[in-house]
Amino acid sequence: MTATTSEVQPATAARSMTLPSARRLLLWTGMAVLFAWVLVPIYFVALGAFGGRLGVFRWPKSIWPSDVSFAPMMQFLAIEGVFNALLNSLIAAGLTVVFSILLGAPAGYALARYAFRGQNAYRLLVLLTRAFPLAILALPLTVSFIRLGLYDTPFGVSLIHTVLALPFAALVTQSLFMGIPREYEEAAWVFGCTRFQAFWKVVMPLALPGLAATAIFAFVISWNEVFAASILTVRERTLTAYLLKILAESPLHYRFAGGFILILPSVLFIFAVRKYLFAVWGIASK
Amino acid sequence: MSSRTSWIPYALIAPSVLFLAAFFLVPLVQTVWLSFSGDEGLSLVNYQRMAGDLNFSLAIQNTFLLTLVVVPIQVALALVMATMVSKLEKGRDIALWILTIPLGISDLAAGLAWLSLLQNTGYLNSALYALGIIPGPVGWLSQETPWSLFAAIAMAEIWRATAIVLVILIAGLQLIPKEFSEAAEIFGAQPWTRFRRITLPLLKPSLQSALILRTVLAFEVFAVVYALGGRNFPVLAGEAYTWQNENQNYGVAAAYAVLIMAISLAATALYLRVLRTRPEQLP
Repeated sequence: MTATTSEVQPATAARSMTLPSARRLLLWTGMAVLFAWVLVPIYFVALGAFGGRLGVFRWPKSIWPSDVSFAPMMQFLAIEGVFNALLNSLIAAGLTVVFSILLGAPAGYALARYAFRGQNAYRLLVLLTRAFPLAILALPLTVSFIRLGLYDTPFGVSLIHTVLALPFAALVTQSLFMGIPREYEEAAWVFGCTRFQAFWKVVMPLALPGLAATAIFAFVISWNEVFAASILTVRERTLTAYLLKILAESPLHYRFAGGFILILPSVLFIFAVRKYLFAVWGIASK
Repeated sequence: MSSRTSWIPYALIAPSVLFLAAFFLVPLVQTVWLSFSGDEGLSLVNYQRMAGDLNFSLAIQNTFLLTLVVVPIQVALALVMATMVSKLEKGRDIALWILTIPLGISDLAAGLAWLSLLQNTGYLNSALYALGIIPGPVGWLSQETPWSLFAAIAMAEIWRATAIVLVILIAGLQLIPKEFSEAAEIFGAQPWTRFRRITLPLLKPSLQSALILRTVLAFEVFAVVYALGGRNFPVLAGEAYTWQNENQNYGVAAAYAVLIMAISLAATALYLRVLRTRPEQLP
């Protein structure tokens, strides 16, 4: 949806002549303040992550990078448990992506293409999840997860994270499939495709970019989740659960290194899906 | 739909229904059940222990205060951001990307980012020192400075979660036809009047979903608080975590969970009522 900006530019170009330059200066000053507000904490945590022990306790600090090197980050990654936690986070997030797409996309397709009884009840179920603090529901699952052998596994964590990501995936894929004309599929049927072939060969390629964006959102939801992951793991912690556990006892520069590693993929992912951001949330928040 | 195809949609939604039943509805019932079960059958013993806990009233107070401060500021700030971005002629894409970066940042990482600014030998103190305001490192995040700790947590929450409000509001703004505002302009309406009388009422559905999302999440606030203040600032979700993981008392943890759920549901119901939109008012 952000792509629309390039189309409206000719129209606004005419108006910009009349916009007094003082007001424009004010606008950009305001924007600069907002950019600084967003970016400065990230910059400082990065300095903390790469500055090591020396950088963290230097007083008074300079805002320019000093004592910066990769060594503190390598040190942090070499701590026992960090690499394993990173791996667990990746596994949990990967499984969350797979589950939420595999369960959510068919439901989205059904909502988009069929009128069936119970449709509204299903929508209500999906929307109901939004009124609840879902991560809290990990609390009673501890006992049954221990019994089922799911406790303290990335797989178990991914199940709860899928509850967070699934409603989102169902609603977004619904509107994704609604945007692909039904006639394309019907044409494929006419040419002798089965329903599944028509879906796979005609609808799927068109839906792929949107599905990829949905998958990335599911990944970020799982990657960032702290509460449920901390409740459901002890030894096989995810990165967020690990960091939460060591908060009280680890030195500051390790905490900043962990914080930076948490932030990095999210920033890249948001960049990757920036085109879909507003479309996806426009749908998901209806 | 012919009768031959009528089973297909049910087959398509069945896996997700089963999944949500197993991992959403069942734990929901379990939580409520667990919170009301004592040594011999149903009892309120967990709730009594919860209410009798030293941190309980503090946690309620802190969580509500944080929500009441953070959520309105986030909505206001997001409206300001959205308005400013809409006025930009160039660089709108990059501006939106930068402003939405915090969307992908977890509450734990947000707390840690602000910790790097606000710790004793951090950048805030360095700046204040350079300006000659403080003589040396000052602690902002301890038990002795509850107000600055509160401000730090609120700031980190506003920093992190304004982005999601911004995205929802911009998605909503894109649905409002430009003609409405242009017509009002022709009739001489000032920018503030146009915003208040046209944009804001038409934005109500988006505001509603942004408020519900943010408020439910605000009552769950946890990791950002731990990253900045540790145990110095009790909140409801933090207490639930402590009772579950450290005290190993699942009953009291469940009572906290039910309390958080009840508050979230009440807030959602309130928003649905206060901000309801009649179909004919939709753009």
